[in-house]
Amino acid sequence: MAPLKASPRPAVVPPPAPIPVTLTVNGVERTLHLAPWTTLLDALRLHLELTGTKKGCDHGQCGACTVLVDGRRINACLTLAAMQDGRKVTTIEGLTTGDSLHPLQDAFIEHDAFQCGYCTPGQICSAAGLIAEGKATTDDEIRELMSGNLCRCGAYPNIVAAIRQAMTIAGPKAEGAP
Amino acid sequence: MRSFTYARADSAADAVGRAGASGTAFVAGGTNLLDLMKADVARPGGLIDISRLPLDRIEETAGGGLRLGALARNADTAYDERVQTRYPMLSKAILAGASAQLRNMATNGGNLLQRTRCYYFYDTATPCNKREPGSGCGAIGGVNRIHAILGASDQCIAVHPSDLCVALAALDAVVQVRGPDGERSIPFAEFHRLPGDRPEIDTTLRPGDLVTSIDLPAKGFAEHSTYLKIRDRASYAFALVSVAAGLELDGGTVRDARLALGGVAHKPWRDPEAEAALIGKPAAPDSFRAAARVLLRDAKGHEHNSFKIELAERAIVRALSEAADRKGASHP
Ligand SMILES: Cc1cc2nc3c(=O)[nH]c(=O)nc-3n(C[C@H](O)[C@H](O)[C@H](O)COP(=O)(O)OP(=O)(O)OC[C@H]3O[C@@H](n4cnc5c(N)ncnc54)[C@H](O)[C@@H]3O)c2cc1C
Ligand code: SF4
Ligand code: FES
Ligand code: FES
Repeated sequence: MAPLKASPRPAVVPPPAPIPVTLTVNGVERTLHLAPWTTLLDALRLHLELTGTKKGCDHGQCGACTVLVDGRRINACLTLAAMQDGRKVTTIEGLTTGDSLHPLQDAFIEHDAFQCGYCTPGQICSAAGLIAEGKATTDDEIRELMSGNLCRCGAYPNIVAAIRQAMTIAGPKAEGAP
Repeated sequence: MRSFTYARADSAADAVGRAGASGTAFVAGGTNLLDLMKADVARPGGLIDISRLPLDRIEETAGGGLRLGALARNADTAYDERVQTRYPMLSKAILAGASAQLRNMATNGGNLLQRTRCYYFYDTATPCNKREPGSGCGAIGGVNRIHAILGASDQCIAVHPSDLCVALAALDAVVQVRGPDGERSIPFAEFHRLPGDRPEIDTTLRPGDLVTSIDLPAKGFAEHSTYLKIRDRASYAFALVSVAAGLELDGGTVRDARLALGGVAHKPWRDPEAEAALIGKPAAPDSFRAAARVLLRDAKGHEHNSFKIELAERAIVRALSEAADRKGASHP
């Protein structure tokens, strides 16, 4: 048997240097030094230890990672932290003011709009974005424009009811909302 | 994700210049590219972030149409008042796609260049000629429920997943491109290609080409148009079959017609013969069915997707009937 030839070792490429990224998260400016492939979601959860924002699918399919960037809702799992440099990020932790809950949070409690709660931070941030966008008026429109947030516990009817209530109260707009 | 370098382009020229290095890719919204990088399907060594280039405006063109910036977000395009009133089928198509969060991120240029959702393309443990030329096609003889019924090849039967592009095809949009050799215009029908024996190539763009805008001609079929999307659930799902339909009517007679299908081929499917079959005919289900049969004359099903042929015929009749009946609605 021919001796096994050692295959040439792949050249070791040094990892790219971390890049500085400055985000204003829930009103506080934070500068991080991150590997380029750090998603906004991982920056929030792993580097800033804001674990309210959840990782469900990590592929844009569930909405658990929804946060507001400059007041608009996006999926934090499908953007790089570096791409959001200089922007304002609002997470579920930033929706409360002092000790009082955001009207959406009150409404979710009042309507029992969750069971396990895993999807809830994403649902609430998404709903805050929906209210700021101002495109939904009917329940059907709420359902359609909240379709990017899945709930495995099936709390949908109560989620819609909670959002409708918060919408009529016309709660304070999310920070930086247009 | 594998490691990569990141740089932000500060002008279109800078972006095109940087794209010269092999293994680099533009990132705009990131919603398709980052997903594919996580799945290890896309493996760029360097990302060029184009998302802040000033190509995000929607402007009037000299010819009475609209220029949609390549970096305008899908949501901002769909909710633009001029798009809603002059091109309602386009607004409706965008709002039928993805979710509110994704539409806030996704750009018009990125939407054009999104890749197929074929399950085998995403699964690096299976053969796929599009992902790895020459490895075979997992979908032919595999599970092919979402695959093509028109224009496929024996190498690839994938479909293009975009909704926006179906409306752009119907509207005869023109893609404006800036590349290493300067600027050029690509008619929408020539932008995406059929798989043939090079299924790894989706479009006629050349390496380093940057899409700068998408131009809509003045004619928007605003009076009689619609976008109909048929899918497995009511929202947040890709099309099994979709139809962009536009009619110009003279009384009850069709004077001009546009018909483009999504979910059936490697590119938005338009057929001049099917459109010609509508001209001069009464705007009625019989004429619509006859045109649908012309469009579907060469349709070929696979083990799990033959249902799409009849589904497409019915969807065409329904979309054209809706377009004939009323003004295109701007909400889904
Ligand atoms: C869960 C989910 C559901 C979805 N559902 C739908 C749906 O129902 N209908 C639908 O139509 N779409 C749907 N999408 C796809 C979505 O619309 C696309 O991912 C989005 O439009 C891509 O745009 P982007 O700006 O994020 O592109 P990116 O991910 O940034 O880029 C995509 C590709 O385009 C290239 N690119 C981007 N901009 C340019 C440019 N200006 N010039 C040259 N190359 C460029 C990039 O290099 C990359 O190869 C869905 C996506 C997800 C994740
Ligand atoms: S249909 Fe195309 S994309 Fe899907 S496995 Fe076959 S070659 Fe790949
Ligand atoms: S974790 Fe981002 S959408 Fe599921
Ligand atoms: S409450 Fe459990 S997933 Fe929604």
